[in-house]
Amino acid sequence: MPRRDDIRRIMILGSGPIVIGQAAEFDYSGAQACKVLAEEGFEVILVNSNPATIMTDPEFATATYIEPLLPGPVTKIIERERPDALLPTLGGQTALNLAKALHEDGTLERLGVELIGADYDAIRRAEDRELFRETMVAAGLRVPRSTTATSVAEALEHIDEIGLPAIVRPAFTLGGQGGGIARNRADYERIVAGGIAASPIGQVLVEESVLGWGEFELEVMRDRNDNVVIVCSIENVDPMGVHTGDSVTVAPQQTLTDDAYQRLRDQAIAVIRAVGVETGGANVQFAVDPDSGEIVVIEMNPRVSRSSALASKATGFPIAKIAARLAVGYTLEEISNDITRATPASFEPTIDYVVVKWPRFAFEKFLGVDADLTTHMKSVGEAMAIGRTFGQAFLKAMRSRELDVAAADLDVPLEALLERVARPGASRFDELLEAIRRGASTEQLSQATSIDTWFLREFEMLVHSPEAAFAGVRCYKSVDTCAAEFAATTPYHYSAWERPAADGSARHEVVRGDRASVVILGSGPNRIGQGIEFDYCCVHAAMTVQASGRDAVMINCNPETVSTDYDTSDRLYFEPLTLEDVLAVIELEQPEGVIVQFGGQTPLRLAAGLEAAGVRLLGTSVDSIDVAEDRGRFGDLLERLGYQAPPYATARTLEDALEAADAVGFPLLVRPSYVLGGRAMEIVYSRADLEGYLRRSATAPDGREIFLDHFLENAIEVDVDALCDGRDVVIGGIMQHVEEAGIHSGDSACVLPPHSLGSEMLDQIREQTRGIALALHVVGLLNVQFAVVSRPSGAELYVIEANPRASRTVPFVSKAIGRPLAKLACSLMLGETLASLDLPADLMSSRYVAVKEAVLPFNRFLGADSLLGPEMRSTGEVMGVAADFPTAFAKAQAAAGSALPSSGTVFVTVTDSDKAAGAGLAAQLHDLGFAIVATSGTADAIERMGVPVRKLRKVAEGSPHVVDAIAGGEVDLVINTPTGSGARSDGWEIRRAAVTRGIPCITTLSGGQAAARAISAARQGDPQVVSLQELHAAS
Amino acid sequence: MSYVLLEDGTRFDGEAVGAPQAVTGEVVFNTAMSGYQESVTDPSYARQLITFTYPHIGNYGVSDAAMESDRIHARAVIMRDARNHTRHGGRGWLDWLRAEGIPAITGVDTRALVRHIRDAGSMRGGVFGADIDERDAAVAIAAEAPMSGLDLAREVTPAQALELDATNGVRGATIALLDTGVKSSIVASLRARGARLLIHPCTSDAQAILAGSPDAVMLVNGPGDPAALDYLVEQVRGLVGRLPMFGICLGHQLLCRAVGLETYKLRFGHRGVNHPVKDLATGRIEITSQNHGFAVIGPGGEHTVDDERPVRWETDFGAAELTHINLYDRTVEGLRLPEARASTVQYHPEAGPGPHDALHLFDRFIAEIGV
Repeated sequence: MPRRDDIRRIMILGSGPIVIGQAAEFDYSGAQACKVLAEEGFEVILVNSNPATIMTDPEFATATYIEPLLPGPVTKIIERERPDALLPTLGGQTALNLAKALHEDGTLERLGVELIGADYDAIRRAEDRELFRETMVAAGLRVPRSTTATSVAEALEHIDEIGLPAIVRPAFTLGGQGGGIARNRADYERIVAGGIAASPIGQVLVEESVLGWGEFELEVMRDRNDNVVIVCSIENVDPMGVHTGDSVTVAPQQTLTDDAYQRLRDQAIAVIRAVGVETGGANVQFAVDPDSGEIVVIEMNPRVSRSSALASKATGFPIAKIAARLAVGYTLEEISNDITRATPASFEPTIDYVVVKWPRFAFEKFLGVDADLTTHMKSVGEAMAIGRTFGQAFLKAMRSRELDVAAADLDVPLEALLERVARPGASRFDELLEAIRRGASTEQLSQATSIDTWFLREFEMLVHSPEAAFAGVRCYKSVDTCAAEFAATTPYHYSAWERPAADGSARHEVVRGDRASVVILGSGPNRIGQGIEFDYCCVHAAMTVQASGRDAVMINCNPETVSTDYDTSDRLYFEPLTLEDVLAVIELEQPEGVIVQFGGQTPLRLAAGLEAAGVRLLGTSVDSIDVAEDRGRFGDLLERLGYQAPPYATARTLEDALEAADAVGFPLLVRPSYVLGGRAMEIVYSRADLEGYLRRSATAPDGREIFLDHFLENAIEVDVDALCDGRDVVIGGIMQHVEEAGIHSGDSACVLPPHSLGSEMLDQIREQTRGIALALHVVGLLNVQFAVVSRPSGAELYVIEANPRASRTVPFVSKAIGRPLAKLACSLMLGETLASLDLPADLMSSRYVAVKEAVLPFNRFLGADSLLGPEMRSTGEVMGVAADFPTAFAKAQAAAGSALPSSGTVFVTVTDSDKAAGAGLAAQLHDLGFAIVATSGTADAIERMGVPVRKLRKVAEGSPHVVDAIAGGEVDLVINTPTGSGARSDGWEIRRAAVTRGIPCITTLSGGQAAARAISAARQGDPQVVSLQELHAAS
Repeated sequence: MSYVLLEDGTRFDGEAVGAPQAVTGEVVFNTAMSGYQESVTDPSYARQLITFTYPHIGNYGVSDAAMESDRIHARAVIMRDARNHTRHGGRGWLDWLRAEGIPAITGVDTRALVRHIRDAGSMRGGVFGADIDERDAAVAIAAEAPMSGLDLAREVTPAQALELDATNGVRGATIALLDTGVKSSIVASLRARGARLLIHPCTSDAQAILAGSPDAVMLVNGPGDPAALDYLVEQVRGLVGRLPMFGICLGHQLLCRAVGLETYKLRFGHRGVNHPVKDLATGRIEITSQNHGFAVIGPGGEHTVDDERPVRWETDFGAAELTHINLYDRTVEGLRLPEARASTVQYHPEAGPGPHDALHLFDRFIAEIGV
């Protein structure tokens, strides 16, 4: 059946901000879908609130809306754009839930929009636990014994029938959020209660534990003729009990006999048919009893997923692309396999290598959280590696993790290691390998971990002869979907170690034409502080290199990303980003140059080594990078330029630090040198604080320097992204942070253009940015952070830091100003001049305001304090655009999942220094019609303003206290600013209750003021929606 | 140390992990990621050295349940990174190969070897110990008869006829099976559907086959060149039209030759479990298990079927049509003679190893017999 011609306009929903469980894989899927639908001649209407995505680049759709992924705004967009169809299967759980809501409220029917890819009933059959179970049983498939419950009491009625341990999963949440494994009755009650609260429909599934069984996933595709293919099998090395997103996984499956695998295949096909996914992809998860071979179906996702992105990268079979074509009427046999070109997509890929995926965790940033791995996903990113053998792939993936902190301390007795591996955590494989090194037997480890003995034997071989896995010569092979049965032209490569040819040479399969090439180093696994923003920049670099007539060569190891789509570059090397691995590619490629500016810290860390090896780096020099990163050299540069900076000192010992602290002056911002995302960064107010910090971090990273900067209190922070070719400078964007200095820029909301800085100050910012760019001889991008401090004498500007590379804000600024900053920067690095690009000196428009808001993962890390600070902890970002700041801010809050209430009760509790301003804010909110509640001190201050306020008890004053009120749903908004030092326990309880309850909790006064303005603006009526194309058409 | 030498002089080194002797034969490759034991015991691999494209072979050991015949038929096994893992007290793959006297080599850059065969075509070759001089090895390879023109069915067919009852407790059809090297999975698939099997050596004549009063005839897989089996084609001509008939793989080729079609040797064959085959009548696509080095030429001399409509023509046995095509290379995958109640497929609906998508063909056959 050919392309449907009864539909013309198709709406695609993205997945919104990067959160745990929903990351860059949906940009990869969505961007692929946009591309193919445009190629097929459809008009694409795209909605995604996340500006740091390739899919929201205006050229990927007919109309691109960076708007909240909520029924209200999306309904408005549908009314304006009148799409014929909605494709909801590419934007993760967010898009599915949204499509479901739009169906249920009648919007789709009212506006004549057809759901394609997966219809409403199929979505429900897959997503509603009870319905799924019934569907499976009707299809003759076994599922774990289970029951659903909407209350703890109801769950307790079934505890005997289910048995303990039992698995608790909330209905309709991302990555199993809010679920867990209950091993005893107390756990059971607690986890059920948490799960019910986490579920948007207040329902949990409690089921028979299959802990320790083998966990397998199959990626299935089906077309409208009911032809079904299995794209890939994935085996979790971690058995059942660890969320697949947190598991080390391997493709293809390694341990099942053909007979057992074929039974899984049959069942996967039965599942997709029973659920009724007519066209497109699905992921089916199974548990297999290693002793009896019994199979149970665990779950099914009727959409592309993290696993489908992994399967696409693992096999070369582009699931999302094909799913999009299937959704518009094609059948599998009508779609050609991109890679072989000669064969159709109706086949099953077969591979002649092994793929291993490692999760990347960030527990070091969330002190106090439960770091055990469970059915509730906690990893923030992943790395994938391809090798000719399991050993090659496993070790390559392991070194692709790029850990910032060493894996757990392994210098403990063997018994302790065995205990640890029995309770999976982030470092379990490091511990497992160490246990083997110390002589633990396969039987012992199998007993402790339930990991299949095949894997344990592999680990033994790796431990006992690690060099054996890499015997021979390094050669680059190709990913071709067919184990070399057909000739493939797709330039997707990985390094393998093989016996050389007879003449001693490596048998490379890379076809390197005559064109000059440029190597772009990617950003590796996503982590907090280095996420999709950098992948976005790398993709733009590849596009620019290609447009310049050179071959773009990408090196990266993150399977979620657009940069590792074989379509993005001329040649893709799926490799770890270590110096050795990168130099090996460079030796083969002999590129004209290498770009290290776009992938965050990962490539920058390699810059010096690359230069030492004689590799030409494009753009800003390694020496300039060093000037910017070296406190002393940068301080000298600012002094020469005559720019102000906060006093600072460096120290290597406790004594030095205490001495220097007095000279610099408290409060201090302290941190280790060369950190990413503000890791281990803190503000200290006294010598005692400082001592405590140093003692805590003495065990942290390495023996490197500690920086002590004088911290400017109540300063306004400003971020600038600028372009420089060494001669001229163009300001890309100036962003004013909503939260005051001291909150990490990645966690702070920001506004472009600045909403409260005067034109004189803006000129000064431009001037100093220009001065620094030229002094650093920047060629490409430069990010400068400033602080503006109000003094009686007037506002003063301080330079905080400069980073001569693409910053996290580049995609946001690019979307806000309608110019691709990364592309422009890449052109400069390739030799263009700003003069030839013919740009205005400042690219910002004043016709509208864009707000970026950070999205934080506290709802997944309930033990962690949600208080914002100098250490970055956000996983993603959203953008709101409007004609004015308050409206843009309100949109950004809604998009970030913390929609501000328009009425109700506000709880205010602020630190003493904030009492006056806090009371003013309470008055404002009272005027807006909110009831105000507060604890005694704050309440007194509010009463003095003549505002009625109800007093709540502090926790220490006994129940019913403030936390009870929040937990009981009496509060709709929390404003809680902490004191500068210590005594945070009450605040911590309050914030934790707010996060658990899912109500917005604002921890800065400036944030509270912005919120009040936004609430006020929202009263003027629902904000208008606007596409990027419209926004930038007139600029 | 050990090495693979091909007849064109290309050499790949590795380590010997099976029985120590040197062997020669046709070097072929199989792209399945599991099912190694089923493959090496499949009689269709007689006189062939199997290169597995998946690197780890031997991950789950060997078991009685995965035997496709009573012994290993492949001459040797060529692997990238063999394993001897066992589970549940079972037997290790390499231990078994050694015990069965089958040479095996691991550590070979199998992908480079496969790319070579893919481009140059299947060819003779051998696995040799490092102590064997390459020139002597080349002489041994040259002495190996090329696959074209070889009757290997005779080598794998049983000496005696054998009768097997149904395994599902039903007394259904009696089917005469002409054993050219049948896989256990075919036998099991038929018996599980109520068939009683009369298994005949492939040299039996039509009269001997009909003597058991079967309700239908089953033609099965087997090794070698179908063009060298004129005596079998004659037998088939004596049976077709008299009883319902179903043919698989070599059986498909024999029936095609019986109705006047020719066969030819594919450049490197189809060996794997991921080949898409389309049923031209229904439009349905099945992912199929394949193992064949020869294929059927259409009635108009076509090596590939480029049209989507079934190719129909008249034969000595009434109307015939080509029913299935391979979507990889559009070669012929199935034949039907409606009046003679006979049909065949080139692929392996019995799986063993591979997908179960086409098991329904056995149901169709049983239904066609109607007993």
